[in-house]
Amino acid sequence: MLELDKENFAAEVLEAQGLVLVDFWSPKCEPCKALLPGLEELAGRYPAVKFAKLNILENRRLAIGQRVMGLPTILIYRDGEKVAELSQDFQIEDVEAKLKELSA
Amino acid sequence: MSSYDVIIIGGGPGGLAAGIYAARAKLSTLIIEKSRVGGQAATTEEMENYPGFFQGTTGPQLTQAMYEHARHFGCQFCKDEVVDLELEGWEKVIVTKQGRYTAKAVIIATGAEPRTLGVKGEAELKGKGVSYCATCDADFFEDLEVVVVGNGDAAIEEAIYLTRFAAKVTIVVIHDEGVLDATKIIQERAFANEKIHFVWNSVLEEIKGDGIVQAVAIKNLKTGAVTELATDGVFIFVGTVPRTEFLRGKLDLDERGYIPTTELMETSVDGVYAVGDVRQKFLRQVVTAAADGAIAAVAAEKYIHEEENFRKEVLEKTKPVALMFWSPFHKESLAAVPVVEEVAAANAAKLDLVKIDTYRNQRIARRYGVEEMPALLLVKGGEVAGAVTGPMSRDSLEDLIKSI
Ligand SMILES: Cc1cc2nc3c(=O)[nH]c(=O)nc-3n(C[C@H](O)[C@H](O)[C@H](O)COP(=O)(O)OP(=O)(O)OC[C@H]3O[C@@H](n4cnc5c(N)ncnc54)[C@H](O)[C@@H]3O)c2cc1C
Repeated sequence: MLELDKENFAAEVLEAQGLVLVDFWSPKCEPCKALLPGLEELAGRYPAVKFAKLNILENRRLAIGQRVMGLPTILIYRDGEKVAELSQDFQIEDVEAKLKELSA
Repeated sequence: MSSYDVIIIGGGPGGLAAGIYAARAKLSTLIIEKSRVGGQAATTEEMENYPGFFQGTTGPQLTQAMYEHARHFGCQFCKDEVVDLELEGWEKVIVTKQGRYTAKAVIIATGAEPRTLGVKGEAELKGKGVSYCATCDADFFEDLEVVVVGNGDAAIEEAIYLTRFAAKVTIVVIHDEGVLDATKIIQERAFANEKIHFVWNSVLEEIKGDGIVQAVAIKNLKTGAVTELATDGVFIFVGTVPRTEFLRGKLDLDERGYIPTTELMETSVDGVYAVGDVRQKFLRQVVTAAADGAIAAVAAEKYIHEEENFRKEVLEKTKPVALMFWSPFHKESLAAVPVVEEVAAANAAKLDLVKIDTYRNQRIARRYGVEEMPALLLVKGGEVAGAVTGPMSRDSLEDLIKSI
């Protein structure tokens, strides 16, 4: 998964074409770590979607700028527009359901 | 479909302790955990009351050690969510999102999840400043201001933790000034912390914000006055609710959804145990969850052993079996034992005798509806074919045997 920071966020997400999934995480967030293997597996099965992650510990302002203030959070963008959001109480199945819906 | 001796649902401290004990007893053991192992205990940095661990041990460290401990003894793990159970038969079926498993005994260790306040704005602003996990989200609030709702141990400890990040932490307390539900030692630390402020006699009425938390409305219960306080985040620690929705109709729950158990962690269904926060109990902590897990695993081991014996010696026998219920503390039943033994020995070609000591095993007596002792059931091909209860005479026993 692509590692995001304030240098590449605009180019890789906001100015990118197609679907981009951004996983907001932190090394202290246990539920975030639990999601990671599942996301990597999904990345393999959805090659048309760009999978990226953002460590909020190093990019707090960037996350808050995207109105993310809780973990785990996954945002999905289409052509730079936020089109889906999953926050806190969700499972990997919910992520896949959203991806299916958006790639249809 | 894979089969195990014991399947444990939930990999928090209760499930992990049960896994350690069951696997070490050489039972084939599987823990099914839908998220990451460690449960609620893995969501707190402040863990200083688990015996033997106090010098900076965190929740994730402690539960990681429990996880490795369980693995060390051969406990298996699977990441999946249990959605249904079929508990009627000897082999219990555990249905998950991705498959089906069978087990001789099931230990429910699904724990609890944070209770929500149910106020306006709470659901909409979850993940946008409303949080139930300080370790997960504290980093967002570096130098910002947060409100904590609740005043038990978890609320006050997490508020103290948050002062390492936030500039100011305001705790909204429903009680009179100076009254907290948290333990004394934790209270004292909070009162001494300069970053912590209290609002007494109050509840949260609303969380406000446009896409992100901006303020809360706090209602004073004494005066009825509602004041608005600007804030960047709201952390809610107002107790927990048990994760038992998927168990409704499968076993007895109390009116709040907790599972009542016996001292051996037995639920209302034979071979099904419950441990930890999901159970009706006085103290919900890591140490008590672990203790429950140990008890349930040992009880499950005994149950499996007794039931397997019973199946082999009684239910699966082709020869009829005289099943006698007695107790060393019950005079008449004690007197009946030699009579029954003598008659059985004389008829050894026709039937076997199996005695059940109801002092040590009440489960089988309960299953056969035996209320009075002594009692003797004639079991043929796994089914009850006759019975004698009360004082046992040679004649009544001979009559029963003749009926074969
Ligand atoms: C913020 C906070 C601070 C705390 N601080 C302390 C402390 O300092 N000291 C202390 O002793 N205790 C503390 N506690 C309490 C302690 O964490 C709990 O008592 C303990 O974790 C209970 O363990 P458990 O195994 O019963 O359940 P849990 O820890 O709740 O674990 C249950 C597990 O089951 C899983 N699960 C649920 N349903 C399913 C399903 N259908 N299928 C598969 N898996 C499922 C969950 O994902 C979870 O991992 C704290 C709790 C909180 C929330």
